[in-house]
Amino acid sequence: MEQASAPAIQAIGLKKRFGHRWALNGVDLEVAAGQFVTLFGPNGAGKTTLVRILSQLVRPTAGEVRIDGRSLDADSGEIRRQVGVISHLTMVYPSLTGRENLLFFARLFDVPEPHRRVEQVLDQVALSSRADSPVRTYSRGMAQRLAIARAVLHDPRIVLLDEPYTGLDERAAGRFTRLLRQLADGSRTLLLTTHNLEQGLELSHRVAIQVAGRIVYDAPARGLDHATLRERYLELTREAQP
Amino acid sequence: MKLVRDMGFMVMKELRTEWRTKEILTAMGVLGILVLIVFAFAFPPGSVRYQRLAPGILWVAFVFAGILGMNRSMAQEKEDGCLQGLLLTPMDRGALYLGKLLANLIFLSAIEALVAGLCILFFNVSFSEGFGLFVLVTLLGSTGYVAVGTLFSAIAAQTRFQEVLLPVLLIPLAAPILIAVVKCTGAILDGSGFEAVAFWVKFLAAFYAVFVIGGFLVFEYVVQE
Repeated sequence: MEQASAPAIQAIGLKKRFGHRWALNGVDLEVAAGQFVTLFGPNGAGKTTLVRILSQLVRPTAGEVRIDGRSLDADSGEIRRQVGVISHLTMVYPSLTGRENLLFFARLFDVPEPHRRVEQVLDQVALSSRADSPVRTYSRGMAQRLAIARAVLHDPRIVLLDEPYTGLDERAAGRFTRLLRQLADGSRTLLLTTHNLEQGLELSHRVAIQVAGRIVYDAPARGLDHATLRERYLELTREAQP
Repeated sequence: MKLVRDMGFMVMKELRTEWRTKEILTAMGVLGILVLIVFAFAFPPGSVRYQRLAPGILWVAFVFAGILGMNRSMAQEKEDGCLQGLLLTPMDRGALYLGKLLANLIFLSAIEALVAGLCILFFNVSFSEGFGLFVLVTLLGSTGYVAVGTLFSAIAAQTRFQEVLLPVLLIPLAAPILIAVVKCTGAILDGSGFEAVAFWVKFLAAFYAVFVIGGFLVFEYVVQE
């Protein structure tokens, strides 16, 4: 049942096993509506698995996920309308133009007035001038901006970002950060996974560290400086490093 | 109805992508023609009666061209995580399956028309009055074949052995369809009427229904990890 005070994202005792390996080993996480949380962790910590479960791409082995207080099993189609996902994969068709891709996804999301909305998001990500070029001609930064446009087309209340900075150069990363700030306007809940401690700390309200499928650190970003976070991160992830 | 609408969007997307790249039809067409050429070399004119050999030649070409096309079509979905992008939308997974199925069927039908035309031209094969029946049988058989193939191409795409796995999974399961269509095509080329192939047509229709409905129902479990 939907509750006004329910967290936007709630993971309870989440576990996921791939063969003999536990990618998630009891993750408990709550993100309040409008909050921006960054999740750090070494490679293999299970961050991507967590995002994939929250976005309904993967079923958990055990545990429960609630989005706005609703269980994923209860109303998966409606919950998908509330969630946007950005990852290092652009999830757009390289042979189609930027505009064609966005129109296609807008229609699948039943976006009202899809043409108008597509022009609006193209403008937001500064891709209007290249909207009619095939995506395969885009630079990595442009393709990632298009991925943002695809993820926010349906105006989701929750945006999940899984290593979105992968492959972006300094300039493209800076532009991407500016777009993220626009998204984090308080009306949306954002969960970001990244290796970049400085960037994550600067953007978010709260930071967490995941190691070996568990969240081992969770603290408000306010009052936390980069050096302290780095020290805690290295201490907590020391044993997880190969 | 949202399911039909989403299926239409999928088909249009597939056709538009193919119009741009021409990847699938080119590969399927070349393979289909190569199969005809190999048979022409293996059985030179005068050595055999092509009218009797044609059902086998045609369906070998259709089967392998179909595998190539379905593999390529699903590989395009895996590129840049496009399939994930589709799964993040509220689209019914059944609409996704039916959209892929219909697009694969359109591509295979186009190649079947090309290969059958060339077969008539090169091997002097004659359908006499059974051409309409041949179209019906081919459509039924191809739909059943593509229904299984689309489902298995989604399974194969999640492995590292996609190219190998699809034929290994598909051909044994589609064997009843292939037996039926080859029997029907042979009878049609021999000049037999509908009565001679009625049993096989019903058999194909039953397989068609089972595979399409089965694929529609289980596709969600195949694409979600």
